[in-house]
Amino acid sequence: MDTTVTNAQSAPVWGGGNKPLDASYGKMMMWFFLLSDAITFSGFLVAYGFSRFKFIESWPIADEVFTHVPFFHGNYPMYYVAFMTFVLIMSSVTMVLAVDAGHKMKKTAVTWYMFLTVIGGIIFVGSQAWEWATFIKGDFGALETKGGRILQFVDANTGERLAIRDFAATLPSHRTQHESKNGIWFSSEKALPSFSLEEVVAGVEAHENVLIRTEKITAKGEKTLLSREESLSKLTSATQVVEGANLIQNEYGSRLFADFFFFITGFHGFHVFTGVLINLIIFFNVLLGTYEKRGHYEMVEKVGLYWHFVDLVWVFVFTFFYLV
Amino acid sequence: MGHEHKLSIFRGLVTFKSNIQKIWGVLLFLSIITAIEVALGIIKPEVLSQNSFLAMKLLNWIFIILTLVKAYYIAWDFMHLRDEKTGLRRAVVWTGVFLIGYLSFILLVEGNYIYDIYKSGFIKWEF
Repeated sequence: MDTTVTNAQSAPVWGGGNKPLDASYGKMMMWFFLLSDAITFSGFLVAYGFSRFKFIESWPIADEVFTHVPFFHGNYPMYYVAFMTFVLIMSSVTMVLAVDAGHKMKKTAVTWYMFLTVIGGIIFVGSQAWEWATFIKGDFGALETKGGRILQFVDANTGERLAIRDFAATLPSHRTQHESKNGIWFSSEKALPSFSLEEVVAGVEAHENVLIRTEKITAKGEKTLLSREESLSKLTSATQVVEGANLIQNEYGSRLFADFFFFITGFHGFHVFTGVLINLIIFFNVLLGTYEKRGHYEMVEKVGLYWHFVDLVWVFVFTFFYLV
Repeated sequence: MGHEHKLSIFRGLVTFKSNIQKIWGVLLFLSIITAIEVALGIIKPEVLSQNSFLAMKLLNWIFIILTLVKAYYIAWDFMHLRDEKTGLRRAVVWTGVFLIGYLSFILLVEGNYIYDIYKSGFIKWEF
């Protein structure tokens, strides 16, 4: 009986006064909200898994996609995401410390720990914004074929990836972007890529060392590298230049990868953002002495649950997006 | 509120002196796991990425198991599930585990089925 029943005989049970499961209404509802939110997130992540299983042979390799660290040039897969993970775990720790200080009614300690938690959250959201910006901007550029597949370029001598700006030819062209104000008023197009298809094709033909890499993953778990002849014949199926990633095109490979990246990390980032806002509100309440007057800091614990949940979800996003 | 914290982790193997000490201990443990994950993700040892168990690479098994371990300690120690009534803990955890487990099973099997259909040649995707 100990698992469910609270043995407080004195409480007015009929009036709802007896707390079921020994948890206050607010705390229990926070738990059930988090449960429903966990199911929403798992819906997203499982949908990602579904699409990935569907295209298991051509899915982008995450540590070839996220290779940047702010202020550093070069190829550093995963380091920055690891840093973000650590920041979030750290801010979780300051949150538990705030709850612990709340138990002991130490107002100053709660204030400082809440402040640190908010700072951690802001660093994380900022890092995520930077990740998005880098991902949207892209780095190497690629060609897209008629079938919507991505062709990337590799230097035959070094085995390193080549950016289209490294080899594309410069051809005279008068092509301008079609905007609704300078063309047909009811239609327009997005910004032109920095090189036209003809320039990239001419560039590949002029440079003997340029090889094409397709989306297909080999048995060794790497992308397929075509020979020079295969590369030249593959070039004829290209229809457009792709730079960076958005919901429609993705230079890193499957478009679904970009779509899920934006949806899942976006939904998570939105949670972190609201978490920061809620933490700020609680921070000011602590500062004003609201909970001191109330006699307990349970509100800090409830908000803390939400904040830890955000961390919990990130642990899964990290694994399924960046590691597996 | 005001209920006691349980200060032992790893089934009583490690017992901390105070709640604050336990928080730092758990942080240390979580950081070590994350470091192992990142190191494995960067090195990708041949043995682990070339061999598989139940149709999944050993490396991915390690990642998923370590993730579940991390999730356990976040929920149990940071979210104080260890200190809650067993009933509340079960209501939250088992509901999630069953629903999410079922959803993953059904959708991943379906995804794999569609992969087979594409592969058997009725749809041309690389052109």
